[in-house]
Amino acid sequence: MNAEQARAAIASTFGVEIAAGVPMVVTVPAERWEELARYAKDTVGCRFFNFLTAVDWKEQGLEVVARLDNLEEDVALMLKTKLGPGVTHCASLMPVYRGADWMERECFDMFGIHFDNHSDLRRILLEDSWEGHPLLKSYAVDTPHPPYR
Amino acid sequence: MLDVNKITRVEMDWSGPERLQMNMGPQHPSAHGVFRAILGLQGETVVDVDAVIGYLHRCHEKLSETLTYAQYPSIASKTDYVAAMTSEFAYVLAAEEIGKFEVPKRAQYLRVIVAELQRIASHLLWLGTWCMDMGGALGGGATIFLYCIREREDVLDLFESLVGARLLYGFFQVGGTRYDIPDGWAEQCRKTIDRINSRVDEYEQMLEDNAFFLARTQGIGVVSRELAQDVGIAGPLLRGSGVNFDLRKNVPYSSYQDFDFKVPVETAGDCYARYKVRMAEFRQAISIVRQGLDKLPSGPISSRPALKSVAQIRIPKGEAYARVEGPRGEVGSYIVSDGSAKPYRMKWRGASFSNLAILPHIIPGHKVADVVAIMGSVDPVFGEVDR
Repeated sequence: MNAEQARAAIASTFGVEIAAGVPMVVTVPAERWEELARYAKDTVGCRFFNFLTAVDWKEQGLEVVARLDNLEEDVALMLKTKLGPGVTHCASLMPVYRGADWMERECFDMFGIHFDNHSDLRRILLEDSWEGHPLLKSYAVDTPHPPYR
Repeated sequence: MLDVNKITRVEMDWSGPERLQMNMGPQHPSAHGVFRAILGLQGETVVDVDAVIGYLHRCHEKLSETLTYAQYPSIASKTDYVAAMTSEFAYVLAAEEIGKFEVPKRAQYLRVIVAELQRIASHLLWLGTWCMDMGGALGGGATIFLYCIREREDVLDLFESLVGARLLYGFFQVGGTRYDIPDGWAEQCRKTIDRINSRVDEYEQMLEDNAFFLARTQGIGVVSRELAQDVGIAGPLLRGSGVNFDLRKNVPYSSYQDFDFKVPVETAGDCYARYKVRMAEFRQAISIVRQGLDKLPSGPISSRPALKSVAQIRIPKGEAYARVEGPRGEVGSYIVSDGSAKPYRMKWRGASFSNLAILPHIIPGHKVADVVAIMGSVDPVFGEVDR
């Protein structure tokens, strides 16, 4: 499926508006997150799992972002979902992409997002005893961390 | 006093289901930094791997939220310190994309030249250290390492006369490059790459005629085409698994479309295939540097006036994901801007992080000694894994 077909197909299947431009930015409600990734992989052919991360929009809550590519036909998808204020749960993409394993662990480590169905969700970069999630906007840059000063 | 006659000796039976847990690292000569692999062993065979990373974590992503677009590029080089030019490149490209900065043609060519020189330097370090990891099998081991370091020094000398630093450069800046090449640099550069070109032949002879090298790399650590994409590995690993994808060709940036080069692809997916891809990339990178020097346009190296304050570069609201083909694959910077002088959010897509994630999928089933060969073939740089 090329980029134009993908745009039309995703727009009609998920009932969303997709603005022109590269990459295609697709925003869906959190309930359809895993379904969208599965559709992107199986139907659009985005078999390359590029990265997954989050953005903290302060009082509006967290937004999870995933980048998927179809390397053969040059389709680039930027998937987004807003979790909503105070929500820290999101569906895991691990059943769809094996690459989501480490990316979601990092996202949990840095933002405290719990990916349901992730088989091994624990911190990856920081110590298990670390308190807080540093990439949240509420986390002060000068938070002291004995003994790691 | 210990009575040796009273010590009972227990014979361990490795044919049974006993498992031994072995820590490989974090201080291990073949770990290429600080990496700990907790290996579950059954006899000499690895049955499971838990990769422990984060020892070099500095939270670059939080740091970048506190530094302006003028300050961060030189810090960006500290993510992947073996290929510092690459991460600077990705960061400034993302900022330029949101801010719609023009980059003069001369600056684009200079960027390509340094990025390819960096690829040569990085691959040299990879080849040297990898061969030393497999040391005993290569008749002394340190020979190739010292040869490679000798050549890498020449490339670092070029960087030193260009920017004054040998490892962390600060060469890139939003809108262009900070330095232009000094007099006589192009000549020195040509001589260096010609010399390296002939030495690459020498390495190939030394390695490919060595039965031990072939035995330790062929058929070891096979990554299928499907697994490669599913985990999201990139660069020589992806191309070693038969996926013909190179950002310089598929999504050209910084005038790569003006250059004539081939993208080497191998289909076996093993350590040897990754080695073959990187060896071919040496020659392609040398050719690109040569073309860059031949065609280097004249003109300015930056499209904006010099800065009077570090907070002067402001970028409108928006977001961009810019990526470059680094020596280890796709290095990307995802910037979300809120219109101020600093990114609201900056995500590094570190090539080494994604590449290293392949280890738990391919190591089980191999012998302990192969873990070293496989890890070296992945070429992780822990500054970029941990960021």
